[in-house]
Amino acid sequence: MRRNRAENDASHAKLTRRAALLGGAQLLFMGGLAARMRYLQVDQADQFRLLAEENRINIRLIPPARGEIFDRNGMRLAQNVPSYRIVMVREDAGDVDLVMERLTQVIDLDPETYADALAEIKRSAPFLPVTIVDDVSWDTVSKVSVNAPALPGITPEVGLTRVYPRGSDFAHVVGRVGRVSQKDLDALEDPDQVLRIPRFQIGKINVEAREETKLRGTAGTKQVEVNATGRVMRELERREGQSGADLQLTIDAKLQGYVQARLSGESAAVVIIDCENGDLAAIASAPSYDPNLFIGGISSADYNPLLNSEYRPLVNKTVQGTYPPGSTFKMMTAMAALEEGLIGPDDTVYCPGHLEVADRKFHCWKRAGHGWVDLENSLKQSCDVYYYDLALKVGIEKISAMAKRFGLGIKHELALSSVAAGLTPTKAWKKAARDADWVIGDTVNASIGQGFMLASPLQLAVMSARIATGRAVTPRLIKSIDGIEQPIDAETPLGMNENNLRKMRRAMYEVVNNRRGTAYRSRIIADDMRMAGKTGTSQVRNITAAERARGVTRNADLPWERRDHALFVSFAPYENPRYAVSVLVEHGGGGSVAAAPIARDVILQAMAGGDPPLEAYPTGDRGRIKTQQRKLREIQPQAAIDGNDQA
Amino acid sequence: MSYLEYTVKSVPAGFRKILFLNWPLALLLASVCGIGFLMLYSVAGGSFSPWAEPQMKRFALGLALMITVALIPIWLWRNLSGVAYGVSLLLLIAVAFIGEERKGSQRWIDLGFIDLQPSELMKITLVMFLAAYYDWLPAKKVSRPFWVLLPVLIIILPTVFVLKQPDLGTSILLLTAGGGLMFLAGVHWAYFAAVLTSAIGLITAVFQTRGTDWQLLNDYQYRRIDTFLDPAADPLGAGYHITQSKIALGSGGWTGRGFMQGTQSRLNFLPEKHTDFIFTTLAEEFGFIGGISLLGLYALIIIFCVATAVRNKDRFSSLLTLGIALNFFLFFAVNMSMVMGMAPVVGVPLPLVSYGGSAMLVLLLAFGLVQSAHVHRPR
Repeated sequence: MRRNRAENDASHAKLTRRAALLGGAQLLFMGGLAARMRYLQVDQADQFRLLAEENRINIRLIPPARGEIFDRNGMRLAQNVPSYRIVMVREDAGDVDLVMERLTQVIDLDPETYADALAEIKRSAPFLPVTIVDDVSWDTVSKVSVNAPALPGITPEVGLTRVYPRGSDFAHVVGRVGRVSQKDLDALEDPDQVLRIPRFQIGKINVEAREETKLRGTAGTKQVEVNATGRVMRELERREGQSGADLQLTIDAKLQGYVQARLSGESAAVVIIDCENGDLAAIASAPSYDPNLFIGGISSADYNPLLNSEYRPLVNKTVQGTYPPGSTFKMMTAMAALEEGLIGPDDTVYCPGHLEVADRKFHCWKRAGHGWVDLENSLKQSCDVYYYDLALKVGIEKISAMAKRFGLGIKHELALSSVAAGLTPTKAWKKAARDADWVIGDTVNASIGQGFMLASPLQLAVMSARIATGRAVTPRLIKSIDGIEQPIDAETPLGMNENNLRKMRRAMYEVVNNRRGTAYRSRIIADDMRMAGKTGTSQVRNITAAERARGVTRNADLPWERRDHALFVSFAPYENPRYAVSVLVEHGGGGSVAAAPIARDVILQAMAGGDPPLEAYPTGDRGRIKTQQRKLREIQPQAAIDGNDQA
Repeated sequence: MSYLEYTVKSVPAGFRKILFLNWPLALLLASVCGIGFLMLYSVAGGSFSPWAEPQMKRFALGLALMITVALIPIWLWRNLSGVAYGVSLLLLIAVAFIGEERKGSQRWIDLGFIDLQPSELMKITLVMFLAAYYDWLPAKKVSRPFWVLLPVLIIILPTVFVLKQPDLGTSILLLTAGGGLMFLAGVHWAYFAAVLTSAIGLITAVFQTRGTDWQLLNDYQYRRIDTFLDPAADPLGAGYHITQSKIALGSGGWTGRGFMQGTQSRLNFLPEKHTDFIFTTLAEEFGFIGGISLLGLYALIIIFCVATAVRNKDRFSSLLTLGIALNFFLFFAVNMSMVMGMAPVVGVPLPLVSYGGSAMLVLLLAFGLVQSAHVHRPR
């Protein structure tokens, strides 16, 4: 293995020779690098320094115009308006304090802005423009322009800013933009350079955020020659960017405005879905807030009330909030039993006012009991015991599976932030999430939409639309992007027995139109607009024995945050369903009192395309409705009522 | 001979070895790293975050790694070189399946505490393995076809995987370093002449097949070559980097604009300013003097390596040292050529200066091997 000494020496000599050769070649190449460096930095320095400094060529990004957002009729929901700001480049200004002093003589600057701007100028790089004041009037711009010679380094700049002409009506749909934050940049894999432009706006929530890439567009570039004081001398080359795509929503702004006004004063949510194609005609969450406040950065005086209100205006209750669906869930329990063939629609169950299961007494809301009830009567009077009985026959797995087919417990894909999936519990779920075995009482609770069952108002509206049509109607929010119609998914049949569905619709009709139905007071009497629906009241908590002893028996006696949620789901017209609606009023009390009247008003508004004729209401209600219509017209902006585009 | 060799004749043992390290070389490496910290501090706008501070921590780690590697006898490293090559090859194959994709190429494995780039490791282990191979091979067999083909395969295998990532820069570096080592080992001239001729043929083929379905490179790689050949053709798109970096360099002049006073390279439109294009910042802020000083430091590192290599009687040690020096040279030569508009933008960092943990650690590890060869040289 070991070589002899002579051979070793010979190969070492060869290695040394070649090492010297290679080393020499490397040094030669380094000499080349040095020569190139000298050529660029010494021989051509004047030329490059000229390029870089005296008349430096800057490549500037042209921010793309953000796509605008329209409602289904072309009304503007989000638009761009020009905004002016005054910027300063420190290295061009020379004596910053002197220039700022002069600036205050030309335009009004409050001391706080002045101090902030001065601090920011001294902190940032000398060649970067710093905004002194934002969103100034054209008058201010002209004053600065006229005094330009005395204000080196200061230039007015024009940009576009976002405005939401419908204000709070669309905060929970369109969302809002805001300045790009470090958090936004960190969330992106490879952030677009355009996001680094100071004060560039990025979608923060809802459609603005979810469709950000389409709305943003791509930046253009321009090559400009800038003189020693930083002023643009001329533009050398320009490559236009691509404006963002315009979006059209399925929402009817006029209807949305009405719904939002109708809900004022409540903590509530309404979803109106078009049964034919799944288009969301309105999704209103109340109270709302004005997204325009957020654009330039919101003050804490504006923000804290929003954050601390117990009505939670920042939460989108339509898709983000999930609630026990209460009795509105009974259709699912019934459908599961009907489809399994375990009961017929005319089979009766005796309701003595309670049902004993596993040594526990489960009460019907009516302590005296409903007697013998069939499907129609049980739904009409919202008998609980009937559904306890069905649930014990069918079992939780089939009930939850049925609910999923109707769109509960699944996350619907919408361009909104934090769309919740809700919950249709199963035995496996409880084992995994709660580490506890499913007990029969859980099934009993689930049968009337209590216990673990959770659904969002959006899901309840989808459920009603599916009951009304027998098809797997899927909600759609974006109607078109840059004029290209987005796909509709509302044609697939649910695959249920049509007879069972018909029975269910009939029972829901009876709930509203039968004298003994729980929503009879909210009926519509116009024949071509008849409504079918179901009330629901979901318990936030039980009334305790101690409270009962104190005489608290009714919801109204409890503090607001402990009252029941009121729910109502419906569709209309009964004969040929066009719209499905879900209404949720947080802590509103009973569904028949708090939610059903809202559903009637908004579904009539949707069907009539404006204020409905008073003849649609029962005679006794007309006087009150007339007053209400007048009042609602007053609190809505005129443009929203006329359907004109004020922009 | 080394400055300490006249006083101590035997190979030192234990921690006393630290005294026998090639300290001038270590000092040179530390100065280059120091320049790196300074520039990273500057490009961050005068701040230790986000780049300078983590880089300094990695340097401390790398220094410890270098000394540890140096204390381990060189013959142990030689015996391990086959395993090291095999492991890096496996990692390279693994990265193709479980690697993280960044900027369109798959190069990284997340080891939890550090993102490892197996191709970085391969640059060193390839040199180690080839050095061990030629140490083992009797000198008279070196130029026989079979014994030439074997190392060629050893080089080609990892190169193919790196090219697949795709990382053109590193694959060229691997090929050149491997070829360089074969040259040093004494493979006959004729082989190199043949390869050079066919390389010219291949380049012709690359361009002839362009636009056809079976073109040999990705579109983006063709575009980079176009940009290299004529950066002025698309100054706002593909040629943007080079044009901007030349302006920045040129505006530095003799003495530069002064520390943290650079304007061009700190405009945020140069996205790689803290990695591949960091030299522009140095050249702009410290001018020709600064640039040539860094080049001088690099040259000294190469000279020190070659000097210790040719004096080392152990064939593995000298081949390894020369191979690592060649690798190091290729790094900065390609990077500097790139920013000065003499080579296409292939994404090779400036060694020990550019921000990046993987590259720095691997380089310091490699210099640990050089130190080990120096400490354990036959006396």
